[in-house]
Amino acid sequence: MSRVLNALFAPGFFGSGPVRAAVVVGAVVAVVTGAVGVFTVIRGQSFAGHALGEVGSAGGSLAFLSGTNPLWGFMGVAVVAAGLMEVLGLHRPRSRDLATGLVLGAGLGCAALFLYLDATSTTSTGVTVTILFGSLFAVSQPVLPSVVALSAAVLVVIASCYRMLLLTSLSPDLAAARGVPVRAVAIAYLVIMAVAVSLAAETIGAILATALLVGPPATALRLTKRPGGAMVVAGLVGVAAVWIGIVLAYDSYYWPPVDHGWPVSFFVVAMVFVLYLGAGVVAALGRARRTRHVAAPPAMRESGCEPHVDADAA
Amino acid sequence: MTAPPPGTGADGPILSVDGVSVWLTGREVLHDVRFRIMPGEFNGLIGPNGAGKTTLFRVILGLQAATAGSVLVGGRPLDRRNPIIGYVPQKVFFDPDMPLRARDVVGLGLDGHRLGIPLGWSRRRQAVDAMLDAVDAHHLADARVGNLSGGEQQRVLIAHALISRPRLLLLDEPLANLDIRAEGEVVALLARIAREQRIAVLISAHDVNPLLPVMDRLVYVAAGKTASGSTEEVIRAEVLSALYGQHVDVLRVHGRILVVAGAEGPSGVTVEETDGAALAPGIVSLR
Repeated sequence: MSRVLNALFAPGFFGSGPVRAAVVVGAVVAVVTGAVGVFTVIRGQSFAGHALGEVGSAGGSLAFLSGTNPLWGFMGVAVVAAGLMEVLGLHRPRSRDLATGLVLGAGLGCAALFLYLDATSTTSTGVTVTILFGSLFAVSQPVLPSVVALSAAVLVVIASCYRMLLLTSLSPDLAAARGVPVRAVAIAYLVIMAVAVSLAAETIGAILATALLVGPPATALRLTKRPGGAMVVAGLVGVAAVWIGIVLAYDSYYWPPVDHGWPVSFFVVAMVFVLYLGAGVVAALGRARRTRHVAAPPAMRESGCEPHVDADAA
Repeated sequence: MTAPPPGTGADGPILSVDGVSVWLTGREVLHDVRFRIMPGEFNGLIGPNGAGKTTLFRVILGLQAATAGSVLVGGRPLDRRNPIIGYVPQKVFFDPDMPLRARDVVGLGLDGHRLGIPLGWSRRRQAVDAMLDAVDAHHLADARVGNLSGGEQQRVLIAHALISRPRLLLLDEPLANLDIRAEGEVVALLARIAREQRIAVLISAHDVNPLLPVMDRLVYVAAGKTASGSTEEVIRAEVLSALYGQHVDVLRVHGRILVVAGAEGPSGVTVEETDGAALAPGIVSLR
């Protein structure tokens, strides 16, 4: 038993402070991005979410220059960028991609400047990699309470606006006719998406933040057809990806090249993708089983076996 | 169905549109529209695409301000949250990946405008089941709504609109993109609901024919102007010619109606193979 454990978890895994912090932060962030991401996918705002993450790199690099935690930089810039996108026309379907693209370009331009200044002002060459691709093991312990508090706040907003978000995603006109403040709901959603993406940027990097925002929800949509269920499954998938990623990254210190661990973000994103593919297989198997069911005796169909009902793992 | 609450104009018209004009970006989209709908009446809102049908709905719903005129719903001025009106918008697109079952969509009709997450599960579930029964969609309850056919999705949307117990149901082009059989089923369902529950229906369509068997009255919109009355009163060459501002002929063939635009009167009639939508303004299809 202990040999198996030793094979899975390299020596020192459970005693390591950075690992413990990574496990907690990674799980909290995965739950939040999963819940937020389900609506990102439903509302077709993956591009906006991705842009908010990348633009955040300008903030992360600026924060590094001033010596504050990158999280505050990511978030400050992402929220401002979200506001800019909204002003430029994110709410109008036709100018949506344009608004996103403009803000993304401007933000990355700033990131180019700040990252250059970061690299020239210090001897540490890893800044650019850390900002863009993250470093879960380097998450500083003092930022932990803030991560948890922000995550809780995002979940509270989601729970409050849950039905309105669904109704506005269905049809803005329908929602408006029922008295839902459609624009306000859209702006609130944009802000929590900016916060969630910033949390993801803190863990797996500004560029890879979308992987957590979109990947686990996309996996969940393959497995369940309930909106609440999708949020739960997305959270679980995200946590699984992050934790497996952490274990593999820790183990990789003993892989070649020895004494240089592989980036944890690589493992997390790889796991997100593998789980997505796996969910596709599970969904296909479920469909095949049901088709056999339906094709069998016609009497069963009459008695309530539903040909329309599809995969639901929740 | 329960009796309507007092003070909502139970005996008067459920909807009165009086002299409504709407200007949008320097163009008069609707001009002096006036008509009334009585409780339980089945009304068609007929006209070619772009005639102003959706704008009129948006005015009735309070989503679009009228430049002139007034709208009374249940005898009262417009109120955004007016639960008297149920609404089925045009072109709701359900992505097949969307994690929503038919019952979720119907449930959102009950409380989708509220804060927080839904509570009172069993009562909510009963209400949703009863509503799905009423539109013959009970067997679709747990299906992913994006996987349903167009006609099935319309029934789910109708259930969504009806579950808040409105007295006026507005449907924007619900027959668009339906095959003839689904079209007939949706029309029959709406007629039954109007009759049994005394819910007034205003349904927009570019083709009058599917509605002929069930329609009590109709409002015809063309070029922003309207005429209302019974089918016989409105769908006549003189009335429609005045609306369109050009000569129009009305042909009745095997109980179906064909509206034909002819630039030079009867001798210069141009009959086109019709599909309703893609034609010269006002041509109503003959199938």
